[in-house]
Amino acid sequence: MATLQKKRLTSSVGGFFFVLPSIIAIAIFVYGMIAWTLNISLTNRNSSAVKAPKHVGLKNYIELMADARFTHALSNLLKFTTVFILGTLISGFIMALLLEKGIKGEGLFRSIYLYPMAISFIAMGTVWRWLLNSSQGADAGGLNLILQKLGLGFLQNNWYISEKGSMFAMTLPAIWQMSGYVLALFLAGFRGIPDDLREAARVDGASESKIYRYVLFPQLSPTFLTVLIILGHISMKVFDLIVGISGKSYVTDVLAVYMWQVTFDITNYAKGAAIAIIILLMVAIVVIPYLRYVNKNEEYR
Amino acid sequence: MSSDIVDRIVKTSRKPKSSRKLTGTQQFWLVFRYFALFIILAMVILPIYVMVINSLKGPAVYLPDAFNLPKKLSVETWPLAWAVLGKPMMRTLFFVVQSSIISAIIGSINGYVLSKWRFRGSRMVFTLFLFGMFIPYQAIMIPLVQFNRMVGLTGSIYVLVLAHVVYGIPICTLIFRNYYAAIPNELIEAARVDGASMVRVYRSIIVPLSIPGFVVVLIWQFTSAWNDFLFAIFLTGGSPKLAVATTALNFIAGGAVIVKYGINMTASLMASIPTLLVYMFLGRYFLRGLLSGSLKG
Repeated sequence: MATLQKKRLTSSVGGFFFVLPSIIAIAIFVYGMIAWTLNISLTNRNSSAVKAPKHVGLKNYIELMADARFTHALSNLLKFTTVFILGTLISGFIMALLLEKGIKGEGLFRSIYLYPMAISFIAMGTVWRWLLNSSQGADAGGLNLILQKLGLGFLQNNWYISEKGSMFAMTLPAIWQMSGYVLALFLAGFRGIPDDLREAARVDGASESKIYRYVLFPQLSPTFLTVLIILGHISMKVFDLIVGISGKSYVTDVLAVYMWQVTFDITNYAKGAAIAIIILLMVAIVVIPYLRYVNKNEEYR
Repeated sequence: MSSDIVDRIVKTSRKPKSSRKLTGTQQFWLVFRYFALFIILAMVILPIYVMVINSLKGPAVYLPDAFNLPKKLSVETWPLAWAVLGKPMMRTLFFVVQSSIISAIIGSINGYVLSKWRFRGSRMVFTLFLFGMFIPYQAIMIPLVQFNRMVGLTGSIYVLVLAHVVYGIPICTLIFRNYYAAIPNELIEAARVDGASMVRVYRSIIVPLSIPGFVVVLIWQFTSAWNDFLFAIFLTGGSPKLAVATTALNFIAGGAVIVKYGINMTASLMASIPTLLVYMFLGRYFLRGLLSGSLKG
């Protein structure tokens, strides 16, 4: 026992030594730089001309609340997040339901459903700008043309340049990209349920729909939570997708894009930092409880 | 953990019981399922279909014609797109390969220690790492730009190597930690009893078993660095001398260089080919990385 104890002790010191470079890197580049960003956000570094920034308390945050562009971007983001999460959840779940029992060609369907994850949104943006083009009637291309062909011409709209629907239009490419991911997560969830459970319910005379509702779906609640968290934090950071399709257009402004403009184009570092901290807080609210939940569950394993 | 799950998805795909004769309702549902699956397939394929066919029509493509197959095949836009994108793509390849390899090595060492040689506080360290995986990079971007300026990295492609290596630590560590957790502890114990040191165990036992883990991490890092736009645009300052695939593409698409849609389409497809190829040939490993990113898989 004593030797084992000793061995563990030496090993632990050695182990720590090997992870130390990463610990230092994370401490500086993640936590240190977050602290630094927070610090900048509390100063008056509002242009590159400010050489000796002074602390101004929460002034930048208070000004943001009154900034119409910021509140516009925030409400856009919330609209986007709601529809994106719902849409991706539903479409990914339907895909998983269709594949879960096994079907000839499953591998092919699964691989193709997932390919959008492998492509950058800057590249796909070129195509989606076409698909979501606002031209209608005889000039129509993209989705408007498809709607015409399907006899749904009355649904034609301006997509991402429309004033009210722009954010909803933006969710289409996002749902398109992420559904395959959700499919994979749910498929893993379904396949993790022991077959006996299903068989037992069947023997007891439960109908297929009842088996799903009362036996299988409750087993998927951890997966469901995971999916929600993942989609939620991705959504709050959405950037490439917006830039790739509509650039810096006002109607599709979200926090990450606004932060970029403020920081990059007009070098208002203090305000950019404040927006960044707000995005971070929104992500943290979602992610920290999740990390704790995962951590707790691992202990039982 | 995560590898189990992928195996569960990939290997144990339930085989449909084709030998048994299906009843009428079962037949109906089967047809319905295929019908739905093909509709979804068409929707998922649509964007890449549009991209491919319009890259084969020559420079003059126009919107109402977007879905039609080319009347005459032309690869005229390909050299034109390459003229703009060639250099940025080679530059991307250069930094992505380096950053992926460094990330994989770091991830492997961290994952090894955090799964097999835990030290006091190692759980805490791991959780603190994990949070780094989720942060919005906006929250570190301004200091990072200042840091690069301070150490004189600005204007060098190594700003991107640094960013992808450092911010890749969490996910790479996570993937390797999960991967190594599946290696039985008895194996390590036995080697230790024989007097093997931590480094020795790593070299002689862990590394030879790590190939699939390395493939997962390498293609994960490759894909995310190749597709990254956020770091690229902030850290290179949009300078054409440091343009990478995504920033160059964004520049083209913005109409700054060319307004011909045919070339845009071709350029977009061209920039996607490396990651698409990786996905086509190593899709299973890609899926594994993807599911690791969800922590629980």
